[in-house]
Amino acid sequence: MEKAAAIRDGYGKGLLKIAEDADVVVLDADLQDSTRSLQFGEKYPERFFTMGISEADMVCAAAGLASQGKKPFASSFACFLVRRAFDQIFVSVCYSKMNVKLVGSHAGLATGEDGPTAQEITDIACMRALPNMVVLVPSDAIQTEKAVTALYNHVGPAYMRMSRAPVPILYDDSHVFEIGSGYVVREGSDAAIFACGTMVSESLKAASTLESEGIKAAVINMSSIKPLDKELLLKHARQTKAVVTAEDHSIIGGLGSAVEEALNESEFFLPVQKVAVKDTFAESGKPEELYRKYGLSEEHIVSAVKRAIGKKALRH
Amino acid sequence: MQMEKSADKLSMIANEIRKQSLIMINRAGSGHPGGSLSCAEILSVLFFYQMRYDTRNLKWDGRDRFVMSKGHATPGLYAAMAEAGFFPREELVTYRQLNSRLQGHASIYTPGVEICTGSLGQGLSVGNGMALAGKLDSKAYNVYVILGDGELQEGQVWEAAKSASHYKLDNVIAIVDRNGLQQNGPTEKLMGIEPLTDKFEAFGWHAIEIDGHNVRELMNAFDLAVKIRGKPKVIIAKTIKGKGVSFMEGVSSWHGKAPNAEQLKLALAEIEAD
Repeated sequence: MEKAAAIRDGYGKGLLKIAEDADVVVLDADLQDSTRSLQFGEKYPERFFTMGISEADMVCAAAGLASQGKKPFASSFACFLVRRAFDQIFVSVCYSKMNVKLVGSHAGLATGEDGPTAQEITDIACMRALPNMVVLVPSDAIQTEKAVTALYNHVGPAYMRMSRAPVPILYDDSHVFEIGSGYVVREGSDAAIFACGTMVSESLKAASTLESEGIKAAVINMSSIKPLDKELLLKHARQTKAVVTAEDHSIIGGLGSAVEEALNESEFFLPVQKVAVKDTFAESGKPEELYRKYGLSEEHIVSAVKRAIGKKALRH
Repeated sequence: MQMEKSADKLSMIANEIRKQSLIMINRAGSGHPGGSLSCAEILSVLFFYQMRYDTRNLKWDGRDRFVMSKGHATPGLYAAMAEAGFFPREELVTYRQLNSRLQGHASIYTPGVEICTGSLGQGLSVGNGMALAGKLDSKAYNVYVILGDGELQEGQVWEAAKSASHYKLDNVIAIVDRNGLQQNGPTEKLMGIEPLTDKFEAFGWHAIEIDGHNVRELMNAFDLAVKIRGKPKVIIAKTIKGKGVSFMEGVSSWHGKAPNAEQLKLALAEIEAD
């Protein structure tokens, strides 16, 4: 059995690592047990603020704290944080250039049985559209823990997306996480799969299957959606001429769109095969069932890679 | 009679804020006169009597913090800040123009403004965050937040009212510019917010009701507010929208409309005659 842990577990550990700085403060909207920010709260109660179920107030209070030199991390479920406080994030955080770190857990269909209300599939699109905002989607608990330190060192607004269920551990403690960097997790010359969050593990499974069929697909972890590692993207796009994206998010506005935009801006244009939630709400179910029904599982990535390679043949 | 003299001066400054506000709005061809004129005394007493700040050192640690939550009342705010020396008076002509530090709604691009506002309902929460930071660092500053009365219809204001009380933020002093009107008419007709004092008290605040155009009442209210400990404080300042200009007073259509040259001339003459 490979080791697994929930991405959100890395958040709790990551906060403890930066807690030495007395300016670090943490806020949560009554989901501190779920987001794991409670680990900080139990150790540093004087710097931990329970804001009740009022996300808008929490985000603006975080902005106020940041305006006075504090380094706030504010967390909740991604759905509530992003959707209920979008205007607050727009005006009080991003336009005001406040050093606020927003952390949304339980994102995507991986949230499972709670259903579409809680399965946040628009957060990457919404947060990415905000000027001044950094958007991170780490892919395992270790990378998340490292991302917290990177967020702490970055001065300015940022959003980090996390998920609920355990996913395989991909990194060890030697991993160096940088905002703006993508990470190759598997080499391959026939196609390149750019994935984020839970979909990195799913893409690795697909790459193994493809290899057994003689197709070598690279898997690149685009854990930094904004800024995007355009250099790494273009390098693999040029090498493979077959680009696939994979994300547990709406097909509109997420990682796939970011990759398309970056390719469009470059001199090197090619179509992108996007594995993502189609323009629909999902339903209650087990994460793996939902991934299968809504087109996010290994076999969908395999098909997307084959489509990308097929289009490559048409262009020759 | 130190206070007497000072009160007269504060009233004069309030009228200067009114004049400059209308000149700015007329020049820009847009802006919000009604709510700038209604809070002229509040701004005058805050910037020239109550708040501690140093315009040569805007980041001075001991400064009181200020949030203009009704972020559209920038003509009044900018006029007060220019008068106080946050930036040159000559810069007021750039209000709402391209490349200006004086944006249509309050922003961090104006020297001394600590947070962007303009989407109503957010400023009290921001002020609470500033107050929490002050408590964490054992700093003695107070946080002053000017709220519009129509703004109180935003649910977030009451989330913030609850948070300030929960965290016993006695360094928060909110001022409600209770002019009774919003863009489309009287607050009580469109969406009632009364009984306002009872509401704040029920949320655990100390509420003080005063005449918001009487500078002595404002000064006394602030003197009292800073002394009350253990809970946040709100000054409900009863005002008149468009105060000082007869044809603007109590007329909701002057919420967000620029006076033309002739109207400006009449308005300035009325304010000067006051």
